[in-house]
Amino acid sequence: MTTLHDTRTPPAIRTHSATRPAIRSRRDTSAVSRVTVTALLALSAFYFLAPLWWLLVSATKPFGEQFSGNGLWFDGFALFDNIGRLSSQDGGIFWRWMLNSVLYCGTGALLGTAFSALAGYALAKFDFPGRSAVFALVLAAVLVPKVLFTLPLYLMFSGIHLIDNPLAVLLPSVVSPFGVYLARVFAAQSVPDEVLEAGRIDGAGEFRIFRAIGVRMMLPALVTIFLFQFVEIWNNYLLPAMVLGDDRLQPVTVGLVGWNASHVAVPPALVVIGSLVSVAPLLIAFLALQRFWRAGMTAGAVK
Amino acid sequence: MTHVSAPPSRGPRALLFCAPFLLLFAAVYIAPIVYAAVSSLFTVRRSGLGLTAPTREFHPLGNYLRAFHDGAFTSSLARVALFGLVQVPVMLGVALALALLIDSRSARGKGFFRLAGFLPYAVPGVSAALVWSFMYSPQSSPVNRLLEPLGLEIPFFAEHLVLWSVANIVTWSWAGYNMIIIYAALQAIPGEVLEAARMDGASAFRIAWSIKIPAVRGALVLTAVFSIIGSAQLFNEPAVLQPVSAGSLSSAFTPIMSAQSAVAAGNYPYAAAQSVILALLVGVVSFVFFKLTDRGEPA
Repeated sequence: MTTLHDTRTPPAIRTHSATRPAIRSRRDTSAVSRVTVTALLALSAFYFLAPLWWLLVSATKPFGEQFSGNGLWFDGFALFDNIGRLSSQDGGIFWRWMLNSVLYCGTGALLGTAFSALAGYALAKFDFPGRSAVFALVLAAVLVPKVLFTLPLYLMFSGIHLIDNPLAVLLPSVVSPFGVYLARVFAAQSVPDEVLEAGRIDGAGEFRIFRAIGVRMMLPALVTIFLFQFVEIWNNYLLPAMVLGDDRLQPVTVGLVGWNASHVAVPPALVVIGSLVSVAPLLIAFLALQRFWRAGMTAGAVK
Repeated sequence: MTHVSAPPSRGPRALLFCAPFLLLFAAVYIAPIVYAAVSSLFTVRRSGLGLTAPTREFHPLGNYLRAFHDGAFTSSLARVALFGLVQVPVMLGVALALALLIDSRSARGKGFFRLAGFLPYAVPGVSAALVWSFMYSPQSSPVNRLLEPLGLEIPFFAEHLVLWSVANIVTWSWAGYNMIIIYAALQAIPGEVLEAARMDGASAFRIAWSIKIPAVRGALVLTAVFSIIGSAQLFNEPAVLQPVSAGSLSSAFTPIMSAQSAVAAGNYPYAAAQSVILALLVGVVSFVFFKLTDRGEPA
């Protein structure tokens, strides 16, 4: 199950030029094949990037002209004016939503990463009765998506009057079976048993060893887990949409969908601008931290 | 992996390490499922005019029988099954084709194309659906504007197209993610194997068909299972499109939307029963798919 990862870095992390250098000589491909492959790939890139490009272009157009003209090219630059209008709609609630999103995601991902690291480390490095049962539980939960638990959660939370309470979003967000799974894989591959034994011989307690050695060695992996969880919480729309009726508590995704559904009260142009503003930080973080994403995906994929 | 000199005191310590996760897991995974399963066994009875408070009575199969006779719910299940049968193979076909193209020796700018495909994954599902709702909406569609000179117009929200408009958003969001996973599996094929095939005169297509695709079978099975599970929880995209679809998307378009509308109608036990049915179906389908594709090879 983990053999691929115990001995070497996940394949996608390796830089491309380092893989199969001898076969990568490019002389023996024909021009026709090169042109065909490039054309197909360019077509795919257009499909994937055009909607995002449209979002960027439209959000910079003068207010009210978001849907006119050529959707794929700039036409006057009014991004800052647009952001000003976004900020003044409904008493500046958009920024409150952004702050809520950051708080829910940041707190949830931080605590979740800590809990995942502890559990994953224990699963990888300690022998204890029930270890395989705990791991089976984690895997089963990875396979059953959170959304399926959302309605039962809502029913339970309304049974104990936890609706319209930030805890109703935070508590479920902190639990990340995928994070535990990743932490276990990464702990098994990056924390050598010999180092832990050395710590034990020196008389250090298990928690101290975890903090001083385990956490330090797993740090890049913990960044990956944090990112995955941050985005998972940011992506989770159904849970906050159900448990938070008060719009001042909502995260930005729920707020924007609410605006979009009330076309009469809020100009659709504001939804476009708000979408760009809410997506831009994620895209930038994503581009800056690419290698962590791919480490998490490939570790999660090879089972 | 096993410790030769593991002291016996490690057990309680390990439980302490796992405790925060396990306690919260019990609270937000196990407790709600138990709560839902139990409450699904009660039915809500309303008086004819709804003037008195509804009463609950224990009626273990009531909600389940009702769900299977509820045309809106059963057709939402059928719709999502059709969605999965079409969207998952199409998306994985696109992902596999892209991975093979980027992996091919004729590809240039591999890094750029991998990133381009992967970028939509960074966009939250709801935000992707919002952006695409503008792509689709008759008032704003830049797609139809581009097609106008050709005399074409795609009615994205038409009754027969709307399911596939949703499928397109899901494909856009996830094809690149799956492509990266398949691509990573391709990178793990030993170079000597490919070189040997080339020496034997195998064409690029032949190598892709006979070596590369069998080698990524495990990755394909895994992405397929995750995609099937993803289809079952289809919610964000149709929920965002629903208010702008001029009625072609019903409020019970997918099973989760259906269960949610039972919540909105105040019938919690019925919503619970729908959730339980959906969770069981997802479990059975993923299990069957794993069994069907497992030919006894170690994954």
